[in-house]
Amino acid sequence: MDDATDTLDPLAVAERWMDDGRDVAVATVVETWGSAPRPVGSHLVIDAEGNFHGSVSGGCVEGAVITEAFDVIGSGEPRMLEFGVADETAWRVGLSCGGRIRVYLERLG
Amino acid sequence: MDPHILRKLNADRRARRAVVYLTDLGDGRDRIVREADAVVGPLGEAIAAAFRSGKSGVVEVEGRSYFLNVHLPPPRIVVIGAVHISQALAAMAKVAGFDLSIVDPRTAFATEERFAGADLVADWPEDVLKQRPLDAYTALVAVTHDPKIDDFPIRAALEASCFYVGALGSRKTHARRVERLLAVGVDQAAIERIRAPIGLDIGAASPAEIAVAILAEVIQAFRRRELHRGASA
Repeated sequence: MDDATDTLDPLAVAERWMDDGRDVAVATVVETWGSAPRPVGSHLVIDAEGNFHGSVSGGCVEGAVITEAFDVIGSGEPRMLEFGVADETAWRVGLSCGGRIRVYLERLG
Repeated sequence: MDPHILRKLNADRRARRAVVYLTDLGDGRDRIVREADAVVGPLGEAIAAAFRSGKSGVVEVEGRSYFLNVHLPPPRIVVIGAVHISQALAAMAKVAGFDLSIVDPRTAFATEERFAGADLVADWPEDVLKQRPLDAYTALVAVTHDPKIDDFPIRAALEASCFYVGALGSRKTHARRVERLLAVGVDQAAIERIRAPIGLDIGAASPAEIAVAILAEVIQAFRRRELHRGASA
């Protein structure tokens, strides 16, 4: 991990944000089924203003994760999120590729 | 996620140390496990498997659910010798996902024209390796045949526990190399780690075919490598 990759690495970004005194949540893909855009272990980091870095999907569910992140930053309670294309109502925050993912969302500190 | 653990994790990754970041999904508690750390029982076995495969995932152990996020340094290849084989190897390694550097003090060989786009250093391995040390996630491929150039990096690679150390040369050439290495105090067990003749035996004849054989052997060594328990700090 050199300086160039450091600026793009979500966990390095999370550390810098933390050092700036910002509240940060870390989302991690912990399981995938079927075709999923980002592999297990991928991170999205979010601050209390809604700034984010990294990805847990190809942009399909990031909006929903960011909304949940505000709650997690507030409460400090981690939660497990699940996304897929199970039904019509799930469409808005579903994965168009047909896969299913579980995302662990936690507060930093 | 514990802030101190995040700092430690990022520091380990910058230092090219292999770590598993472990989260108990029940209570959110987290910790870092390095390759050299012994963890007992089924969780330890799952962690060892994760280090070997490089695959992150959820494991269930004794009724608890853990997420293992494996962070392995990206594997890289350091080639000693800007020769014909290295030209083919540079192109192939890129496709296979390895970072590759070429070191050769002979400026007639180490030219930008012969290695367009490659990370090429026209200097002595003794000097280059001081700046860019070898480690357990590096493969050392020595292909100059010249003891003045090859011997030092081979020794350095054995000392650094490189996951692969290969040296070009006939059995006769290698026998003389072994004599020289023994004479300077390299032990027999270390010498047996050197892959020579270099490359998997696929009957490779041309430089490009030899590059295929070398790359295949590097991949085999990486995927089947043993963990460096107790070896890292």
